[in-house]
Amino acid sequence: MSPDRRAVLAGGLGLVLLRPVAAASLRPDREPTAEAIRRFTGGAPVNPGRVGLDMPPLVENGNTVPLSITVESPMSAADHVRRIGVFNEKNPQPHVVTLHLGPRAGRAAVATRIRLADSQRITAIAEMSDGRYWSASADAIVTLAACVEG
Amino acid sequence: MARALINMPKTAPAGSVIEIKTLISHPMETGYRPGPDGRLRPRDIITEFVCHYDGAEIFRAELSPASAANPYLTFTTLATASGTLRFTWSGDNGFSQSQDVALTVT
Repeated sequence: MSPDRRAVLAGGLGLVLLRPVAAASLRPDREPTAEAIRRFTGGAPVNPGRVGLDMPPLVENGNTVPLSITVESPMSAADHVRRIGVFNEKNPQPHVVTLHLGPRAGRAAVATRIRLADSQRITAIAEMSDGRYWSASADAIVTLAACVEG
Repeated sequence: MARALINMPKTAPAGSVIEIKTLISHPMETGYRPGPDGRLRPRDIITEFVCHYDGAEIFRAELSPASAANPYLTFTTLATASGTLRFTWSGDNGFSQSQDVALTVT
C-alpha cells in the first residue's frame, strides 16, 4: 500500500516541478514583439496617433476579448489605410491579426475578437497609402488567461 | 462544413458604406494548449479570411492563434454596383469554405 502512495506523491511532486520548467521553456522561443513589429513595418518609424483602439480595460475571460479599431482616414484612392497589424506583448506569439483594407472599404473601421494569455498591452499599427505608420496602444487586465490553459 | 454567419444589408444605396459582420464556427486550436494526455494539441486554426466583391478583393485578414474561437470579423465596404460578395475562409488541415451573398445596389 505504502509504495503506491509514495509513487503517487512523487508523481505529484514531479508535476509540480515540471510545470514551471515547461512554462519557462516557452519564453525563449517567442519572437520579441518589437521584432514582429519591425517585420510588419519594414523598419519604418511608427508614430502614435490617428488610430483608435477600443478594448475593455478589464477582461474577465481572455479567450474572447472584443477589439475594434478605427483609423482617421478619408479612405480615398489617394489616401487610405493599406494594412492594420495588431500585436501583443505576452501571448506565446506576438502577432494577433493583420487586416488588409483598401480605398473600397469606404471607412477604416474593423472589429474582431482575440485571445489574451496575460494582462498586457495591445498595439495596433496602421499602414497608410503614403507608406507612413500610425499606432495606438491599449492596456488590458486579464482575470482568466487564454491560450496556454488546458 | 462549418457554420458561417454573414450579416450585411441585402440592398444599399449606391455609394453608401455598408457594414459586414462575419462569424464562422471553428475551435481555433492554438497549439499551445495541452490535451487530456498532457501533450500539446496540434494547431488547427483558420489562417486567412478574404472577401471578394464581384471578383475584386476588398478585405483580407491574416489570423494567428491569438484570434478567438469562432473567428468574428467586422469590416465595411462601399456599395458600388449590384453583385455578389464571396467570403472565403481557409486554414490548417486543408480547411476551406466559401459562401456567396448577393447585394442589390439601388
